[in-house]
Amino acid sequence: MKLRTDLAIIAEWITPQSRILDLGCGEGELLAWLRAEKGVQGYGVEIEEARVVAAMRRGIPVIQQDLDQGLHNFGDHSVDTVVLSLTLQATTYPRALLLEMLRVGREVIVTFPNMGHWHARWQLGIRGRMPMTDALPHTWYDTPNIHLCTIRDFESLCHANGIVIHQRIVLNDQRRETWLNRLLPNLFGEVALYRCALRAR
Amino acid sequence: MPAEIPADSIGLVTPQTVVFSADLALECGRSLPGYALVYETYGTLNAGRSNAILLCHALSGDHHAAGYHSMADRKPGWWEHLLGPGKAMDTERFFFVCANFIGSCKGSTGPASANPETGKPWGLDFPMVTVRDWVKTQAQLADHLGISQWAAVIGGSLGGMQVMQWAIDYPSRLRHAVVIAAASKLTAQNIAFNEVCRQAIMTDPEFHGGHYHEQGTKPRRGLSLARMIGHITYLSDDAMRTKFGRDTRGGKAFSFGFDVDFEVESYLRYQGSSFVEHFDANSYLYITKALDYFDPASAYGGNLAEAFISAQARFLVISFSSDWRFSPERSREIVQALYTCNLDVSYAEIEAQHGHDSFLMPIPQYVSVLSAYLGRIAEEVQA
Repeated sequence: MKLRTDLAIIAEWITPQSRILDLGCGEGELLAWLRAEKGVQGYGVEIEEARVVAAMRRGIPVIQQDLDQGLHNFGDHSVDTVVLSLTLQATTYPRALLLEMLRVGREVIVTFPNMGHWHARWQLGIRGRMPMTDALPHTWYDTPNIHLCTIRDFESLCHANGIVIHQRIVLNDQRRETWLNRLLPNLFGEVALYRCALRAR
Repeated sequence: MPAEIPADSIGLVTPQTVVFSADLALECGRSLPGYALVYETYGTLNAGRSNAILLCHALSGDHHAAGYHSMADRKPGWWEHLLGPGKAMDTERFFFVCANFIGSCKGSTGPASANPETGKPWGLDFPMVTVRDWVKTQAQLADHLGISQWAAVIGGSLGGMQVMQWAIDYPSRLRHAVVIAAASKLTAQNIAFNEVCRQAIMTDPEFHGGHYHEQGTKPRRGLSLARMIGHITYLSDDAMRTKFGRDTRGGKAFSFGFDVDFEVESYLRYQGSSFVEHFDANSYLYITKALDYFDPASAYGGNLAEAFISAQARFLVISFSSDWRFSPERSREIVQALYTCNLDVSYAEIEAQHGHDSFLMPIPQYVSVLSAYLGRIAEEVQA
């Protein structure tokens, strides 16, 4: 089984035999891979009915729950890592959720589509239209993505909330990591992947 | 009567009875001098004995979970919608066992059985039985059937409580635990409803301190009232509105009297009076007490996660949005405790309008969840 590039990077960041929570786990492809290949004990959290069923069919423990209701049922530091993959932009309270994730896990992995990407800037800045890209294929009036941000936005949120970024990888529209993304991530990165933790007090 | 048995039904089934003659020590401190369990099985036990699933029934349920006893039966077993060939609980892959618990009145030893010391019905001299005792008897049944480990134990409502007790008391004897529309303990409101039901029975002039059998009578009004109250709590406000609204019986004008005016009154009276014909009032008292007493966390200072500390099973917990008797919140408490215990747990909250009774219905999302989960178990145990 081969994982999508962004998921493969996340999988690489996860410690073998650790305990994780995958928020918005979809059909559980990441967790299935991690359980099989890295002996990870993982739980998925998912709201959409068909995806819950698909994850169960894979044998993944999945908890049907709305992330907008918070993570109060998961204890402090009850897992090693909390993953939120391409879902942050669809939550009602991204900052609150991020802080909740940092309460539940010692480390969090967050990935999101970068609105600072040149293609999005072109559509908004030059053509004067709300951006629609491969990573964000929805029209403005019919989209689950209600809290879009850029790489700089996200990093400033981290900075303001005492969140330390341990690692960042930025992928271009081909889901590849190139020298151009590294040089100008906020302009050429389409998907951003972060490993963060709370600053030690 | 079914003119012919539907193709997706398990068909005709015959209950079996096993008698255990040794004393059964009970949680209350007393013991039963032997007991009988009546049970049914569906499907075929495989050579490796790995595909057996135990089904646990609820308050007014019994061992007859699916199929028909004869062509004269009006209705099939209580889980017919979900249990049968090719259904969510697939009898072509698994071997299902369902036993009537002791204290009930459907064939297993209970307060209506003869007390061997007196030769008369036990009545209220029957010892108090608990969820824990039931699980113990089910484990003896598993021994009798040569099943050392269940692929899963599945139950709804009070049945779900037995599933949790199984995982706590016999950690290595079940691979999966499926807890549906249950709670880890009753709330004060739940106990209050049960108490009203018990009082309805016990204050009936025909109750005779529980020895009504000897008087050739039974507390019909009390038991019927108890069932009416129970029924209200099993349905949701929405379900009742949809089913009855304020419709009058036969569309007639108000009688301006105290006979039945509304359809809902007629329905409740019918449910009450038909229940009396096939259920023993004393059993209702015993079973509601077992419900009230169930609280595995109480031995651990109220910490449910501690109660599950020795459990090994993987869990599926299911709740229904309109269930106010055992609400989704109560299921989430179970999920949280299992998660805290590092146990594998899946949870599905099914949108359903039928209230607590939803667990008996073939709601599409519910069916999908059960099929997916059991399909996975089937692969795991090579069923």
